[in-house]
Amino acid sequence: MGKTLAEKVWDEHVVRSTPGEPDLLYIDLHLIHEVTSPQAFDGLRLSGRQVRRPDLTLATEDHNVPTLDWDKPIADPVSKTQVDTLRKNAEEFGVRLHSLGDVEQGIVHVVGPQLGLTQPGMTIVCGDSHTSTHGAFGSIAFGIGTSEVEHVLATQTLMQAKPKTMAVTVNGSLPEGVTSKDLILYLIAQTGTGGGQGYIVEYRGQAIEELSMEGRMTVCNMSIEWGAKAGMIAPDQVTFDYIEGKPEAPKGADWDAAVAHWKTLVTDADAHFDEEVVIEAADVTPFVTWGTNPGQGVPLGANVPSPEDYEDATDKIATEKALEYMGLQAGTPMREVKVDTVFVGSCTNGRIEDLRLAAEIIKGHTVAEGTRLLVVPGSVRVRNQAIEEGLDKVFVAAGAEWRGAGCSMCLGMNPDTLAPQERSASTSNRNFEGRQGKGGRTHLVSVPVAAATAVRGTLSSPADLVPATV
Amino acid sequence: MEKFTTHTGIGVPLRRSNVDTDQIIPAVYLKRVTRTGFEDGLFAAWRNDPEFVLNKPAYSAGSVLVAGPDFGTGSSREHAVWALQNYGFKVVLSSRFADIFRGNSGKAGLVAGQIDEKVVERLWVYLEENPGGQITVDLESKTVTTPGGEVEDSFDIDDYTRWRLLEGLDDIGITLGHDADIASYESGRPSWKPVTQHG
Repeated sequence: MGKTLAEKVWDEHVVRSTPGEPDLLYIDLHLIHEVTSPQAFDGLRLSGRQVRRPDLTLATEDHNVPTLDWDKPIADPVSKTQVDTLRKNAEEFGVRLHSLGDVEQGIVHVVGPQLGLTQPGMTIVCGDSHTSTHGAFGSIAFGIGTSEVEHVLATQTLMQAKPKTMAVTVNGSLPEGVTSKDLILYLIAQTGTGGGQGYIVEYRGQAIEELSMEGRMTVCNMSIEWGAKAGMIAPDQVTFDYIEGKPEAPKGADWDAAVAHWKTLVTDADAHFDEEVVIEAADVTPFVTWGTNPGQGVPLGANVPSPEDYEDATDKIATEKALEYMGLQAGTPMREVKVDTVFVGSCTNGRIEDLRLAAEIIKGHTVAEGTRLLVVPGSVRVRNQAIEEGLDKVFVAAGAEWRGAGCSMCLGMNPDTLAPQERSASTSNRNFEGRQGKGGRTHLVSVPVAAATAVRGTLSSPADLVPATV
Repeated sequence: MEKFTTHTGIGVPLRRSNVDTDQIIPAVYLKRVTRTGFEDGLFAAWRNDPEFVLNKPAYSAGSVLVAGPDFGTGSSREHAVWALQNYGFKVVLSSRFADIFRGNSGKAGLVAGQIDEKVVERLWVYLEENPGGQITVDLESKTVTTPGGEVEDSFDIDDYTRWRLLEGLDDIGITLGHDADIASYESGRPSWKPVTQHG
């Protein structure tokens, strides 16, 4: 019997396999940031251990960094200590670090791909659950905790039980104006936050093949939001074209050898998946969340659900609690929900294509009275590219705040936060209680919905906009 | 890591599903560079609510958390495990855990035992009827029991993690014992694989 993509990549990385024990898996790339690494480096120091492969390790500063005044010292002393600790550790252990101010600084999951370090068929880990992003290239990529960060630093391996495999097949093409973000929000609403638990998921089918590399990253990024160990997409010409010429991409004969191998990284026709889910792309519409987990979503054209819509007692209670937290009345049309802040950015939707799309929609419009729009590039490189294309001028002309690179408002760890009861439409990945700031209310949306919402001040799609007069 | 064989302590009924890691400890509390002191951020958003279970004196010294399904979803922050441990929890029981949380628990020495949804419900009822009631968690026999035998059932934990917890073993030490295997694997890696440092 043939193998799935996931099985092929897994098997290529097994250092040691013994019945009754997890496999010992070799790690090709270990990404690091300031939040989940200090205790791991401390552990190394306490045991007198070194970083085994600094040349397979890359660090960047992203979670704590301010997106204003990034050329000044970090104002919050605790954040500053954490970033300074990363700098000291990188220096002491010989790890390459892209600090604030560096052109390669940015969100760790934006930096890996843009450097060309993320390639097909790799194992990639980081102390961050959105490491699943890198699976878009046909790699096995997943988030780990700090104990595992220390384990990888010391051994370049991880002990991992082999997950089951699942195929998510998306038939047909996504309708006009529907993005990969809508697709993944739609999927999670079907499966719930635990539906992917224990599986490496392979996204496949026509709609997936038709996505750009960045669209694929958005899908894989949110694999963790339905509990999957990892999400993957088989590499193809789109993947190869994206990687070719990037700073760390293979060159010359190495490129040819790499591509020849990458082309073998597809699920065999006679391979078996432990589970299969099929979606019709035509069913996907602009999708938004109403609740406090990413599975609590509905089409933009729908109404806020009621606890009475659910039969299961746990779902009823969860819905009640979510509506109370979100300050929403059951039955309210989603389109009537007024939004205070729109956030375009994060490792889910902070890449150049996202900024282009947002600019295209917002061009000639202005941000609604009483609404603010934050546009935060995922990396300095993305920011520079956007400036080169004049996108920054479009945002500023519309009244948006054009910021520096970082995780920003995706999580309340840096100065960009929501106030209690403040409501956001956010292109990020999590609408958990307090995720964007204590008491903040988050609606997860796609880039087009975010842009249109910024203009109208209520949850909207570009189709709701009066054409701009430019 | 300390060995874990059996633990008896006050059970805390957390009647919520989808308790994600941002609820266990919000990001703003993750800025410490140590492994201690995170109890101040545990369930931070709920700690001002007098009705929250840990704010009730009978449960405040709890060490066995009994939670609804999909506990620990979201972020990979091991700080969520540390916050629970720093507060005093030794065990979390739920009918379903997020993978990363479960993995982090095993590494850090917190027992994440999976029990049937019906057993969760029975434990909740027992703990609500007997505030401050204790639960015994025996890792050797993989059982959870209440003192009067009101609830007596088994829990699931993978065999390897169970063995490591029972023995109190350090993962890195075990792996470094396979150094020759790692070196041999490394010598066969293709030369075109990317590196972050050159020369």
